[in-house]
Amino acid sequence: MTVTADSKNSGAEVTPREDLVTLTVDGIEVSVPKGTLVIRAAELVGTAIPRFCDHPLLDPVGACRQCLVDIPDAGNGRGFPKPQASCTIEVAPGMVVNTQVSSPVAKKAQEGMLEFLLMNHPLDCPICDKGGECPLQNQSVANGAAESRYEGVKRTYPKPINISSQILLDRERCVLCARCTRFSEQVAGDPFIALVERGALQQVGIYEEQPFKSYFSGNTIQICPVGALTSAVYRFRSRPFDLVSTPSIAEHDACGAAIRVDHRRGEVMRRLAGDDPEVNEEWITDRDRFAFRSFRGSDRITQPLVRDGDVLRPASWPEAIDAVAAGLKKAGSQVGVLTGGRLTRENAYGYAKFARAVLGTNSIDFRSRPSSAEETDFLAHAVAGTGLGVTYRDLENASAVLLVDLEPEEEAGTIFLRLRKAHRKNGLKVSTLAPYLTNGGAKMGARLVATVPGTEAEVLASLPGGEVELDGRSVILVGERASSAPGALTAALDLAGRTGARLAWVPRRAGDRGALEAGCLPGLLPGGRTVADASARIDTQTTWAVNSLPAEPGLTADAMLAQAAKGELALVVAGVEPGDFADPDAVRTGLEEASFLVSLEARISEVTERADVVLPVALMEQQAGSFVNWEGRERSFDAVLPDRTTMTDLRVLAALADALGSDLGVRTAPAAAAELAELGVWDGGRAAAPSTSLGERPSTPLGERSSGVGTTGGDERKLVLATWRQMIDASRSNDGEEALQGTAHAVVARVGKRTAQDLDLGASVRVSTAAGSLEFDLVVVPDMVDGVVWIPTNAPGRSVTEHLRAVAGDLVSVTTSSPGIQEQAEEGEGA
Amino acid sequence: MSEQTATAEQPEVDLLTPVLSRNWGDERAWKLTNYEHVGGYRALRKALQQTPDALVETVKASGLRGRGGAGFPTGMKWSFVPKDNPNPKYLVINADESEPGTCKDIPLMMASPHTLIEGAIISSYAIGAEFAFIYVRGEVLHVARRLQQAVREAYSAGYLGKNILGTGVNVDLVIHSGAGAYICGEETALLDSLEGRRGQPRLRPPFPAVAGLYASPTVINNVESIASVPCIIDNGADWFSSMGTEKSKGMTIYSLSGHVQRPGQFEAPMGITLRQLLELSGGIRAGHELKFWTPGGSSTPILTPEHIDLPLDYEGMAGAKSMLGTKALQCFDDTTSVVRTTLRWVEFYKHESCGKCTPCREGSWWLVQILMRLEAGHGEEGDIEKLLDLCDNIGGRSFCALADGAVACVTSAVQHFRDEFEQGFHTPAWELFPYQKSALFSLPTKEKAKEGAHR
Repeated sequence: MTVTADSKNSGAEVTPREDLVTLTVDGIEVSVPKGTLVIRAAELVGTAIPRFCDHPLLDPVGACRQCLVDIPDAGNGRGFPKPQASCTIEVAPGMVVNTQVSSPVAKKAQEGMLEFLLMNHPLDCPICDKGGECPLQNQSVANGAAESRYEGVKRTYPKPINISSQILLDRERCVLCARCTRFSEQVAGDPFIALVERGALQQVGIYEEQPFKSYFSGNTIQICPVGALTSAVYRFRSRPFDLVSTPSIAEHDACGAAIRVDHRRGEVMRRLAGDDPEVNEEWITDRDRFAFRSFRGSDRITQPLVRDGDVLRPASWPEAIDAVAAGLKKAGSQVGVLTGGRLTRENAYGYAKFARAVLGTNSIDFRSRPSSAEETDFLAHAVAGTGLGVTYRDLENASAVLLVDLEPEEEAGTIFLRLRKAHRKNGLKVSTLAPYLTNGGAKMGARLVATVPGTEAEVLASLPGGEVELDGRSVILVGERASSAPGALTAALDLAGRTGARLAWVPRRAGDRGALEAGCLPGLLPGGRTVADASARIDTQTTWAVNSLPAEPGLTADAMLAQAAKGELALVVAGVEPGDFADPDAVRTGLEEASFLVSLEARISEVTERADVVLPVALMEQQAGSFVNWEGRERSFDAVLPDRTTMTDLRVLAALADALGSDLGVRTAPAAAAELAELGVWDGGRAAAPSTSLGERPSTPLGERSSGVGTTGGDERKLVLATWRQMIDASRSNDGEEALQGTAHAVVARVGKRTAQDLDLGASVRVSTAAGSLEFDLVVVPDMVDGVVWIPTNAPGRSVTEHLRAVAGDLVSVTTSSPGIQEQAEEGEGA
Repeated sequence: MSEQTATAEQPEVDLLTPVLSRNWGDERAWKLTNYEHVGGYRALRKALQQTPDALVETVKASGLRGRGGAGFPTGMKWSFVPKDNPNPKYLVINADESEPGTCKDIPLMMASPHTLIEGAIISSYAIGAEFAFIYVRGEVLHVARRLQQAVREAYSAGYLGKNILGTGVNVDLVIHSGAGAYICGEETALLDSLEGRRGQPRLRPPFPAVAGLYASPTVINNVESIASVPCIIDNGADWFSSMGTEKSKGMTIYSLSGHVQRPGQFEAPMGITLRQLLELSGGIRAGHELKFWTPGGSSTPILTPEHIDLPLDYEGMAGAKSMLGTKALQCFDDTTSVVRTTLRWVEFYKHESCGKCTPCREGSWWLVQILMRLEAGHGEEGDIEKLLDLCDNIGGRSFCALADGAVACVTSAVQHFRDEFEQGFHTPAWELFPYQKSALFSLPTKEKAKEGAHR
């Protein structure tokens, strides 16, 4: 075998492996790295040995026995007397392997095994979801006998049973390869399914007290080599051979997971994990897999809407464009642009250019969430325009990983899986700054650096120390939530500088990093150029072919909304939900009082309801584009369902520019990508590092802040609020996915043991601020830091921002709403 | 108990060598004091005077081979335990005796549990283990209780626990009951079960000697192997190896069952023949002849009267394409249907297949269906070839040896009694061999039940 350097990737050096082992497979000599399994070595000489239980990303098990081969010489001159499972045997120098291609013994063993597997397997292929893409079907044809000799009674079970709201189990189809159970245990760390019973009655079972609520459960459907596991939503919906598959990128988090979108007759039927070893390997989260219908319902906006008094009435595109042009002309440069975090990089670029070159303002911000001036500086200094930084591979090979305000299982599933893999395989030491060690943290073998929200900066300043050791091979991952902790981002930068560890910022939304690269911040132009830098402005305006760009700094999202609330600002808004901001009511006021409000949206929302003009835009699957994931890796994709009748954000903006008498210069995603490439990354001066000193507090809304742990405010004891979003929550992109919602993690409040005792808390508690209160069942976590209460940010009907108007680090009151204490179960939040 | 210990009643002392079973007939032999009266725990005191390495050497020199069936040299197994592994080392004693026909460990543990416990302590010391476990078949609760009682006695006497007999040696012994699965007699499945998991065989390597119980170096031995250790230490390796044949040393317990006059355990040197054992046990029941027999439980290929003079040792049985196994000699007379017997055995393996691997799980399911047809006289032309071909696809293809045992009885039965299977194409087995004729005792009617089923 020869390895040729990839000409496109000449930067990556191909170093010859020194630990190669040479063996002979089917008479062909092949050299493979030491430790390679025989089944993979055979693939290299072009022999596909049939297999069911074997999966390259799971530990070998040797259960199905389908991959038996003859090994007349194990490399020591002696052969195995019996055929061996090639999925469990490592290669040895001088080994001779004869597969079904060259050994009648292996061929007969494999045919016999397939006959056994088929004897109890129902012949319901014509109605099976897997029929047409089924490894059992395919390998039966390729490696099995033409006819079965089985004449007996098949093992039967009642047809499918739910093992979760999302996953159905058809026990009679199961070939008991244990891929699903091994995936759940090894990869996801959620061993909520297991094989039970024995002999031919063995079956996949669940445990009543720990339901199969895994964020990664959908992967079991995909790796099932038969149709035993099916999706409750997809079951019986289409045939594999009627589907058209398009590779794409998942849009629910900033991980950039590769997916495959399958559609039929203009409708997406299902999504599967793509295979990208550098990013998500072969796994995706259930949200990426199952949540794709929320924008396709009856509230999809299909034509422009123009305000006519109290109602929005359908209008033609020319009328709507004219209405926007009139409104924006009237506003002049008193316009702000809120892009949200859902846009592709190309669309975000459209907005960034539209704001500067057409509207003449720097007031543009993608952050529709709590944010701070410190974060603005941090992003400009340390993230924007830095290209591909820390990668998944770096995480896997790191000496240590420190997580700051990041809960990967909930907020970045692919990172979670990779960190868990690194922990399992390489013994990676993960540490996490959090108020308690979550179940997800435990699954990564993480050590808790107990931290009261808001005090991250002090804790970071005390590191390295204790069990946290950082060096040049270490990585610090900072979540976007760090913006709510004053000084945290500065302290993280400082820690990285002191230890040589590499730092990466992990936003939550797929479009965040791309928006940052495109220039959707008040002080940033594309490619990390700062507005304040005249040469950067000139560089940009040259490419854009405009005479000047606004030099005065723009407003952040919060400032824009405050200005709009005074009626002094018009707003152009894309994909933003008021509930995502720290103070949703202030956002609503801003939207309502804005001098003019344009909404570019796909679906009726709180913004469209308040808009003067609503312009419908294309859905994810209707457009090409790219996301930039947290690594800084460009993840581009083509349209799944190209649709000439819908307008992308970019096209709408171009039309608006035309109507305003300017030229946006780009109308399509490829053109925008080309222009971004032309601009390139700024090689001039970078923005200065944030200088927020400890204790200096950004303008956070309304919330009462703590000055210490467990502060007494007035006559009642207050706790510091810790909160983050759960992967499956009330997010609008999960709307209507009932099966998916059924696997959401428990919605509970958590406090430490001493805090629960001190406050005499009962089985359920009321968490309240001046703005309102929320009720939760209480779980007492033994190792949780005292003086803190954790609640989910956006549980259905219980939004922290809506009901408490609070962010992490604020003070809240916690009182008992019903008595009786319960301890946290061993395995955490499965229930 | 229905077993008859040979010592109590048999005069042919030249053939029998009661060592392990010597005290079985004693009054309350299972009590510590009674065991000590016959020299019990003398070997332990001797052993504790020696170095562990010397003990391993003695056991190696004795030629003791594993009595659980495979016959692997015990001393060699002990020497595989890596000395530089920082993890604790464990001794696990396999007392999950569940094989049809096999009944040697359970009587031993019932009659003289201290023999095993003494062996466990010496063996633990020899391999450097401070924890030993006896994994007892779940169904025999009475045996587990007797062992626990004996362990309590041993702790009280200072034979177990910390600083045994003041020598600084520590051994803790735990009795663990299984949950009723034949597969847990497979050593790695036993380890999984002992760890609290579902018992299914593990992938090897790593082998238990390197990463066994709790991923630590572990020696797993059969009850009889460990119980043989005290007498070797007490009497010396030469004494032990003076018994038996060239490659199969020592004495061992043969269990005769089935259509013999006096079934039971017979402790004799390795290499005794079935003819000799039958003479000792009064022969096949009156008026009948031996038809076929198993040398070591249902997992060993069956043999016929022509093999009656073969030495019952590892080599002798291998020479007849069978295996010594557990030396459980099930004897069947001329009233027995081979087809029916085979079906009963395969039904057992189907029921006990753990389900992990395809050939065992599915193959045993299929074999049972074909054998049921043959038993009922509904077999078809080609069924026997199919049966043999399925056995070929099962045996040697499975994850562990359970399936090999499941097909051994089928292939050997067809080999020796093919005509009887062919008769299954037209005549039910119960017509050829009326089942009540092969029963040792008839099912009790209501009146008889009052008198007791066992005469």
